Amino acid sequence: MSRILRPLFFLIVVRPLVLIVLGLNIRRRELLPATGPVILVANHNSHLDTMVLMTLFPLSLLPRLRPVAAADYFLSNRLLAWFALNIIQIVPLKRGAPVRGEDPLQTCNEALERGDILILFPEGTRGDPEKLTNFKSGVAHLAKRHPDIPVVPIFLHGLGKALPKGEALIVPFFCDVFVGEKIGWTGDRQTFMNTLESSIKNLAEEGHFTPWN
Amino acid sequence: MELLNGLVVWRELKPNTAWALCGVITLLVAGSLAVRVLRVLRPQKDFTELRLRVRTWWVMAGLFVLALALKDTYAICFFGFISFLALKEFLSLIPTRRADRRVLFWAYLAIPFQYYWVSIGWYGMFIAFIPVFVFIALPVRMVMIGETSGFIRAVGTLHWGLMTTVFTLSHIAYLLVLPMAGNPVAGGAGLVLYLVGLTQLNDVAQYCWGKSFGKHKVIPLVSPNKTWEGLIGGIATTTALAVALAPVLTPLTRREALLAGLIIGPGGFLGDATIASFKRDLGIKDSGSILPGHGGILDRVNSLTFTAPLFFHYIWYTHF
Repeated sequence: MSRILRPLFFLIVVRPLVLIVLGLNIRRRELLPATGPVILVANHNSHLDTMVLMTLFPLSLLPRLRPVAAADYFLSNRLLAWFALNIIQIVPLKRGAPVRGEDPLQTCNEALERGDILILFPEGTRGDPEKLTNFKSGVAHLAKRHPDIPVVPIFLHGLGKALPKGEALIVPFFCDVFVGEKIGWTGDRQTFMNTLESSIKNLAEEGHFTPWN
Repeated sequence: MELLNGLVVWRELKPNTAWALCGVITLLVAGSLAVRVLRVLRPQKDFTELRLRVRTWWVMAGLFVLALALKDTYAICFFGFISFLALKEFLSLIPTRRADRRVLFWAYLAIPFQYYWVSIGWYGMFIAFIPVFVFIALPVRMVMIGETSGFIRAVGTLHWGLMTTVFTLSHIAYLLVLPMAGNPVAGGAGLVLYLVGLTQLNDVAQYCWGKSFGKHKVIPLVSPNKTWEGLIGGIATTTALAVALAPVLTPLTRREALLAGLIIGPGGFLGDATIASFKRDLGIKDSGSILPGHGGILDRVNSLTFTAPLFFHYIWYTHF
């Protein structure tokens, strides 16, 4: 059933919403990968972030697109869990301290081994609109485990205005999507995280955006 | 039969308007051919930007011609959608306050209302809605939220944006619903074509005259590429075209058409310069990237924001 519902949802609801109600200004679209496996890393301000990132690819790649999302939030009730697992097809991630002997990134690894396009928000949460916070290092573990898989940094602006945390009303704003050069595994966690964070910060500065308050 | 009639979406075009629409297509074909010829004559030069520009002209003019060939309701929706894109671009560029998110939503709601007044031909409401009622409603909504820091700038920019992107542009749509008796030769669609065609050609003419003979800058601080030679050459070209096209598309006499050209030429220049000041203040070159080779929607409708209301009131005063 979700094999029909999922493309329909993205074709009829998500694409018109992202492309017409919001609208995208994309810089360097050519840096996006043609297919998986790849890890897309973006800043996180809104539920719309995932929708925009998934719209950057043709519908034929939809089965490959897998956003990593917090299990405690998206699997919290049955209806939301059904929607998250079947329509969005999230890769659920357990936040917080891992249980001994259990690899919290197991599901992410499996997805990458299948050749999927993993969508990851290392800030961990949406936070305050249009504000960048520190990155969690989970992405470094993935990059270390799969050193050949490229990590593509993307900066998103405007979605925190359109639908910030805690709001249900969407107000139309154009969304800026700045794609950066892909990053490979650097050899150690600290330098990798520094490279990634400075890459997204540089993309953010490209826009000369004023803080939103 | 009744049902079939209800399904017909095409406008009953006057022959003059249909010919003029064909003229638009001819211009596009000529533009594409000119780019081809240039590429053959100067193979070492890069014409990517120009090609993009002409391709986007095809899409824009194609949609515009299609909208005018459709019944009023559809054509009005088309112009409403342009207003939506322009307002969205405006609100995405200017600094807004977080507290005003809901106020901005209300501002968007003004678009369907304004174009609804157009569609039912309620002139009084069309002309008063944004300058009076929205002018009162949005500040009231802001006052209810209670954030006073930055109030003046927020309320001022929002109203200027609505006037520029919704109120002025909706005058193009109102030309469609003017009584046919006022323009028996080509109807409302003819007037829209006359206004939009002359405004766009005025832009092109000012650009070409400026490129060829431009020396003396008009407004160096706002737009260093604009020259007196471009401005005067453009106005002269536009006025000549206004006189030539008037008997085909409008009820204007020769003398009235001369004045129409003298309104659209400088009006287009000033509208363009106003949006240029707006962009310069924000430190941006293009208002967006939705129209490859042109920039954003505001970059394309800039001249129309002034010529549409000016031409509308001119023809309203002289013929309706």
